[in-house]
Amino acid sequence: MRLTRIAAAATITALTLTACGGEKIGGTPAGETSTAACGAFNLAINPWVGYEATAAVIAYVATRDLGCQVTKKDLKEEIAWQGFGTGEVDAVVENWGHDDLKKKYIDEQKTAVSAGSTGNKGIIGWYVAPWMAAQYPDITDYKNLNKYAELFKTSESGDKGQLLDGDPSFVTNDEALVKNLKLDYKVVYAGSETALITAFRQSEAKKTPVIGYFYEPQWFLSELKLAKVSLPAYTAGCDADAAKVACDYPEYDLDKIVSKKFADANGPAYQLVKAFSWTNDDQNLVAKYIAEDKLSADDAAKKWVEANEDKVKAWLGR
Amino acid sequence: VTATAVTAPLARTRRRPRKPVLIAAILLAWVAIWIPAHGTHTLSLSPADLTPLHEWLNDVNDTVGANRNSSPVFLYFFNEIRAVIDTLVTFLQDVIAQPSFGRPVPVLGWLGVVAVVAYVSWFFAGWKPALLAAAGFVLLGMQGLWTESMDTLALTIAAVVIALAAGIPLGIWAGLSDRFHRLITPVLDFMQTMPTFVYLAPLTLLFLIGPASATIATLIYAAPPAIRLTAHGIRSVPPSAIEATTSLGSTRWQTLRHVLLPLARRTIVLGVNQTIMAALSMVTIAALIDAPGLGKTVIKALQTLDVGTAFNAGLAIVVMAVVLDRVTTAAGDRVRQTGPGRQRRLRRPLVVGGGVLVAVCGYLSYTYYWAAEFPDGAGVGSAISRTADSVALWAQTELSTATAWLKDLVTTVLLNPLQALLVESPWWLAGAVAVALGALLGGVRAALTTAACIGLIIGTGLWQDSMTTLAMTIVATLLVMVLGVGVGVWMGRNRYADRIIRPVLDAGQTMPAFVYLVPFLALFSATRFTAIVAAVVFAAPVAIKIVADGIRGIPATTVEAATAAGSSTWQMITKVQIPMARRSLTLAANQGLIYVLSMVVVGGLVGAGALGYDVVAGFSQGQLYGKGLAAGAAIVLLGIMLDRIARTNPPKGDNS
Repeated sequence: MRLTRIAAAATITALTLTACGGEKIGGTPAGETSTAACGAFNLAINPWVGYEATAAVIAYVATRDLGCQVTKKDLKEEIAWQGFGTGEVDAVVENWGHDDLKKKYIDEQKTAVSAGSTGNKGIIGWYVAPWMAAQYPDITDYKNLNKYAELFKTSESGDKGQLLDGDPSFVTNDEALVKNLKLDYKVVYAGSETALITAFRQSEAKKTPVIGYFYEPQWFLSELKLAKVSLPAYTAGCDADAAKVACDYPEYDLDKIVSKKFADANGPAYQLVKAFSWTNDDQNLVAKYIAEDKLSADDAAKKWVEANEDKVKAWLGR
Repeated sequence: VTATAVTAPLARTRRRPRKPVLIAAILLAWVAIWIPAHGTHTLSLSPADLTPLHEWLNDVNDTVGANRNSSPVFLYFFNEIRAVIDTLVTFLQDVIAQPSFGRPVPVLGWLGVVAVVAYVSWFFAGWKPALLAAAGFVLLGMQGLWTESMDTLALTIAAVVIALAAGIPLGIWAGLSDRFHRLITPVLDFMQTMPTFVYLAPLTLLFLIGPASATIATLIYAAPPAIRLTAHGIRSVPPSAIEATTSLGSTRWQTLRHVLLPLARRTIVLGVNQTIMAALSMVTIAALIDAPGLGKTVIKALQTLDVGTAFNAGLAIVVMAVVLDRVTTAAGDRVRQTGPGRQRRLRRPLVVGGGVLVAVCGYLSYTYYWAAEFPDGAGVGSAISRTADSVALWAQTELSTATAWLKDLVTTVLLNPLQALLVESPWWLAGAVAVALGALLGGVRAALTTAACIGLIIGTGLWQDSMTTLAMTIVATLLVMVLGVGVGVWMGRNRYADRIIRPVLDAGQTMPAFVYLVPFLALFSATRFTAIVAAVVFAAPVAIKIVADGIRGIPATTVEAATAAGSSTWQMITKVQIPMARRSLTLAANQGLIYVLSMVVVGGLVGAGALGYDVVAGFSQGQLYGKGLAAGAAIVLLGIMLDRIARTNPPKGDNS
């Protein structure tokens, strides 16, 4: 008895609610399948904003102009490269050197090939916050660093100055540099980009001395223009022996790496990746949209592309 | 007879205090030898250097990668497993999270999911948990994170289902067979303490990038509690109960089904609960290999140091964890209660009526947009983000002077001396001290295990890094115990304190560390102390909860007797409650230690260096892969060694 009554009540409620209505969910509105020419395009997203900016623009153009089905995959570098062989990744669109990975996947396993430069120049070095460069103008020359070592003492560096190192993704020669340039410093491994950025931010805000490893292009530099410390100039081969390095880091030509299969198929997505090229300023702008203006990657890319249709046309060969 | 009865306890009391004296003697001898010998035989290895073992591990990894597409093991074994798990996860995502079956929305919209969750919670756990569950899930939507939350839920369900399907049978086996129990315990230790970073890359090699790898990474970490607690539950069934049934002529199968499993059910449900919690704590790390869901939001926000957005997503993980925790705990408590007759009579129509209501909600959310896509959350999410942002900013600017002072104090008084003692000791000295302590505290077996662990740590080539990490681990565990006893006693004595503090502890345990790294870095800089604080935030809640339970477990009559005898509050705590809760204190120290060790890698991200950094660097750079793996192994070995030295008797497993 009671059972039926409750069931009835529930049904009536349901019908009332249904009567209220609302917009009904239709079948498949999206999915115009004119994508046969391009097809699926698996784009690795390495975990830093500059990369995301590059990838966002490529993905946006690939979707809008070529009708590709772009799948973005958030992966660390090593894992993304591994994905070339297993067919899970088609392209990595900002590679910082990584000679070890090139040797392994391009030369040995032959699962990857280079698709040329992104046009971005990567710079690695030692940086200080702007207030330090203003207050101690000669600090940006490595020869004067010993004079200031006292300033940079921390709980981690004992009686030496602290050189804050270590986004673990990048190769660093800093221990060898400190030793070979006879600097009175100790390398302390911060361990992440987050730690480095926070250190510089606090340095500027609190006027506490920090010197550390950093790199550009990087969105943070548009928030705080760090000053680079000059090291002995880089000459070809001066970093050949890792233990004896006593020169600056080379300028990296950031490049694009694609899977061999993807390159051999030579589809429109591959041609776009291959033709893609822009400047550090372009990337910094899109990175700023993402990091500071908090646009989604896709919106940031849209904003840039719509202001730069001529560059996009050149990539598409139109 | 009277003479021996009197002298025996006397002799015992006279022999007792020798243990602390011996320990002090060992430590003194250590310092005495350290003074002339320090700085020699320290087995140091700089961050960029590799040993032959590390290079060999790299080669193994490369070989696997090179043969992946041709080897039959992959074609017919790993690929099959991967396909099954991928299908399961994708199916769950299709149902609750992602547009599917040619529709722009998932099969079940938010209304349907909330209805199902509330109904299931009510059915198994009761009204209160059901209300909490419904409110919690609505909050997820209002935070603007509905889709991400459902992706996380889908992955978590898949991982938990598989972990339980494998874990409960294994646990039963381990409960029935001593030999299997001995065999599997170190494997479980390994699964729980080996840092995830070490096996993420190999997993994507074996199971490719995608939901399968993320699920497997999650279940490696999440399955052990289910196995341990199931075994523990079965082992705790009183032998008399088993004897009674065997004497009645039951077969083993009947004993298992009708006696062991029903009696162990509560503990097994606790295992389910712990497995869910462990699975949720993997959400952010799994996002590093493209696991969908809230973890991605956290990681993305971290790239731009967007504390607010990361906090909002982290809070969603906490909300989900608290809901699932309360529901499973309540379900566990209810397992053996049967309600009074009236309630049971009322229940059946409610079950049917509720079922119909759920079906209606499900239908609505299948059919109409308003019930499918969560309506705009009225800015709740952005309000949470903004508040978190401004709180973090305020703390960074206003508190950093005081926190820097605290950091320097702990570093100079506690950490630096301890680290100097451990790191600068010759390996044979530190090793001998550890073995001697093992022998003294845990007996011959512990001494042997310690010696073996020392040998293997030296074998990893990372002795000095291990000692640095050990120093930080000891300091962190000490702080955890100070908090554990302080807050735990308070909570154990005061129900109101318990009610207020417990949710904070839950948040500390489930809030992804990535969320609070940025403010911590601002407060304490990239230092070893930051790593210690992060570890304490994660590990102290467990210790506090265990101590509080221990204090509350003291029989009320004992407490009353002490009060009647005129004890002051201080006397009551120090003379009665803490001594009587001693077993809980040991367990708290043990679990606190394991939790501290599981944060070593996070420490590596914020300036701890040593093993944590080795693991992180190994995950990021191909040529350091082998070294990272060795560092992971060293962390496991440190864990096993400390556990065996410190373990007096309580078996691990009930890590609630």
